[in-house]
Amino acid sequence: MDSTKLLELCDDVLGRLMAGGASDAKVVARTGQDLSVRVRLGEVELVEEAGTQSIAIRCFKGKRVATASTNDLTAAGLRRAVGDALELCDLAQEDPFAGLPDPAALASAYPDMRLYDPACGSITAGEAVERARRCEKASLDFDPRITNSEGGSFGRTQGGFVMATSGGFRGGYNGSYASVSTSPVAADEGGKNRTSGYWSAKRFLHQLEAEDAVGREAARRTVALLGARKVPTQEAPVIFDPDAARSLLGAFAGCVTGDAIYRRSSFLLDRLGETVASELVTLIDDPLLADGPGSRPFDGDGLLTRKNVVVERGVLKTWLLDTYGARKLGMASTGSAASATGSGAGVSNFYLAPGGVSAEALLRDTRRGLYVTGMMGFGFNAVTGDFSRGAYGYWVEDGALAFPVSEVTISLNFKELFASIDGVADDLEFKSGVASPTFRVAKMTIAGS
Amino acid sequence: MSTVQSAPAQQGLSLQAPFAPGAPYEIDAERAQKLLAIALRRGGDAADLFAEFVVGGSLVLEETIVKSASRGVSVGVGIRVRRGMAAGYAYTEDLAWESLVRCAETAAQIAEGQGREVGPVGLKTHPERYRVAAPSILASGHDKRELLLRADAAARAADARVQRVEASLAESYREILIATSEGVFVRDIQPMMRFGVRAIAESGGKRQSGSSGGGGRFGMEYFAQPQKDAESHAREAVRLALAMLDAREAPAGEMEVVLGPGDSGILLHEAVGHGLEADFNRKGVSNYSGRIGTPVASALCTVVDRADLDHNRGSINVDDEGNVGTSTTLIENGILRGYLHDNFSASHFKLDPTGNGRRESFRATPLPRMTNTLLLAGPHDHDEIIRSVKKGIYAQRFGGGQVDIASGDFVFSLSEAYLIEDGKLTAPVKDVNLIGNGPDALSKVTMLGNNLEVSDGIWTCGKDGQSVPVGVGCPTIKIASMTVGGTAVQKG
Repeated sequence: MDSTKLLELCDDVLGRLMAGGASDAKVVARTGQDLSVRVRLGEVELVEEAGTQSIAIRCFKGKRVATASTNDLTAAGLRRAVGDALELCDLAQEDPFAGLPDPAALASAYPDMRLYDPACGSITAGEAVERARRCEKASLDFDPRITNSEGGSFGRTQGGFVMATSGGFRGGYNGSYASVSTSPVAADEGGKNRTSGYWSAKRFLHQLEAEDAVGREAARRTVALLGARKVPTQEAPVIFDPDAARSLLGAFAGCVTGDAIYRRSSFLLDRLGETVASELVTLIDDPLLADGPGSRPFDGDGLLTRKNVVVERGVLKTWLLDTYGARKLGMASTGSAASATGSGAGVSNFYLAPGGVSAEALLRDTRRGLYVTGMMGFGFNAVTGDFSRGAYGYWVEDGALAFPVSEVTISLNFKELFASIDGVADDLEFKSGVASPTFRVAKMTIAGS
Repeated sequence: MSTVQSAPAQQGLSLQAPFAPGAPYEIDAERAQKLLAIALRRGGDAADLFAEFVVGGSLVLEETIVKSASRGVSVGVGIRVRRGMAAGYAYTEDLAWESLVRCAETAAQIAEGQGREVGPVGLKTHPERYRVAAPSILASGHDKRELLLRADAAARAADARVQRVEASLAESYREILIATSEGVFVRDIQPMMRFGVRAIAESGGKRQSGSSGGGGRFGMEYFAQPQKDAESHAREAVRLALAMLDAREAPAGEMEVVLGPGDSGILLHEAVGHGLEADFNRKGVSNYSGRIGTPVASALCTVVDRADLDHNRGSINVDDEGNVGTSTTLIENGILRGYLHDNFSASHFKLDPTGNGRRESFRATPLPRMTNTLLLAGPHDHDEIIRSVKKGIYAQRFGGGQVDIASGDFVFSLSEAYLIEDGKLTAPVKDVNLIGNGPDALSKVTMLGNNLEVSDGIWTCGKDGQSVPVGVGCPTIKIASMTVGGTAVQKG
């Protein structure tokens, strides 16, 4: 369905909601075309193709709110969703802060963000299989110690998104995404296997890393884990590579949304304007980044988006706010509504601004410590900032990687963790909406043997 | 006021799947057979059709009001063709006949050869493990709203330090239909509900949250069980938040660990369960691959996966490939006995499927997955186990866990834990992770309680991006040595 048709569908549903007694409403429609393939040891394992379509409704009766969604776009399916939304409004209780944004604040025009690559959709199942095979083969050929594989994958998705509100917003855009990945396996001592996948994902097909380069990097990471062992329990510097670092940023991002603040569920509560991180830390949420995985021209409320500097040289400058969260806190929206039908703010492209040194230089500058390439588990308490997760990577001695490490945990409260970042590298790359360069924390507790 | 008027949110709510008998897009045995024949037109070993209809709903309370109510409908059909260890899969959300045919033709692309006949499919019966008087989604919306308001009031009344309360009820009604080229034609209705309360307590500049929840394949009768009413969950959430207000830094390093009964079954799920899912073993990538008949745990340990527990969150009558869910012994007195299979892995190992082929929805293909994974009871008394520890950690509640299948390394995070000093529980400790390696940790199980408990229904398992509801259970477990990931390094 093209975007004109999608917008007609939204208008139709909007009209029915208003006729049915809604005081305000928002309707979102989405379509998608997906292809994904997986090969293992050269043989095709899975070829999957599908088209998707759905609508979602946010409906208001005065200060009462309900949401409904369906992927059944038959007349009966749409009727049901409209009926559900209207009925459920009567069940919700009055929320004085509920409501669409001031119509004057809506984006009437917005930039073309170049989020869609038509070439993505032209990849056939056969070509996708060849790309996945090439990626996996490069990993298998890289080193004789690679003896097995969890498989190589290629996927592409394209989608259309439109939104219409009774407040007068009309808008939409198309997006695309392609990804390639592989996970080779190497046999280690003691019956253990080691694997470290690697992947590339981009909105534009031509920006994807070459399949064989992805395969070789996956293999390099996998064999590097052979012989991994625990280290003794101690306090030491910890370097996070970009993949590990971004999960720390993701947890931090969840603590700077207006929702987390009015829910008193953030360790950063009452810290606005204060120093919450080291001088080296500048955290930015930029929805306008060219080709960014999380880029969006307008937010879920229909407001123009903008670049928000959340932490500047260690000082907490702003929360990320949608219309609702802003009202709750007596502030103005930052154009950060994450979802068109739910409520709440969220990140777009959230990143730690790169520093002036290379990751190699940061390593050379570390006498001894842990270099983390991956983490496991869910050990973060947003309310207190307490952080403890499983980690693996390498031990650092005299500025060089000495041996691989696994089965240890790293812990430190986020207040201290972000305050003691003492090195930020320049290797920022956007593979997903949260991205980070390599950085170093001066001292963390490492629990091992 | 009549009962109908007291339930305005449910007026006219239909739970008839569009593909159910008599519905506009009915898929009967004859239509299923036709589609499977199209799917196998180019050859292939087998084909299956999976139709799914889900109505989900939720109510969320915060700041003393039910702020939003939501409902969603999801419907679709997926058709899969298997050729050797390869699968072609396509799904459609449009149930018109032409779309289903196109879907079957797309899936057929995986094969290239002679077409084959598909015999008739016939309705298969299955056990009933979660029959409910009425799915909760059909219950009065006002009654459900009342539950949340009662939880809020109970939490606030429990202690003056409670600053915020959140409560939610999430429910779903899932109807599935599976037809296979082997002649299976089966339907199942899988109700699910989950209730949760979260409280935030503040005192002396400290702030902590505590949560309690439960549910399963129940209707509203869940709340009539002892200690399962809204107020009990609210008080438990408050108890936990208050207990953690005084939490001190957790120790770091290897020490004795005692895991409380019930929720600690997460250990089994991560340390053993995933590694015994047969897809990993078929591919030889699990650290349990090729070890059937050999010891992989202490002789105290017997681990089973049970799809047949009444009303449990992980229970299934049939899996998403149409096989009846079973009870499977994975480890018996420490010896590895078997894996969890879907149709692919069962045909690879030339075994009967164990009914563990599960999927998140019609948008994904089935994988071998756990249902309810239990460590069976041992000989020891709970108090005797605690008394035996000079210095260690007692873990009672958990946030979740994760495992690296290849190496067997796993972590799980504690949300309520205490120091054990000289055989007694002393101070609560802050959120902390435990890390270990599956076979290594289980070989160090030196005491096992006689108090098997099944965790209340809150767990969701993720694998390859697919989430499915699961259950866990175990008695009190003592592990002689595990790495505790606290911040307090022991000096000297």
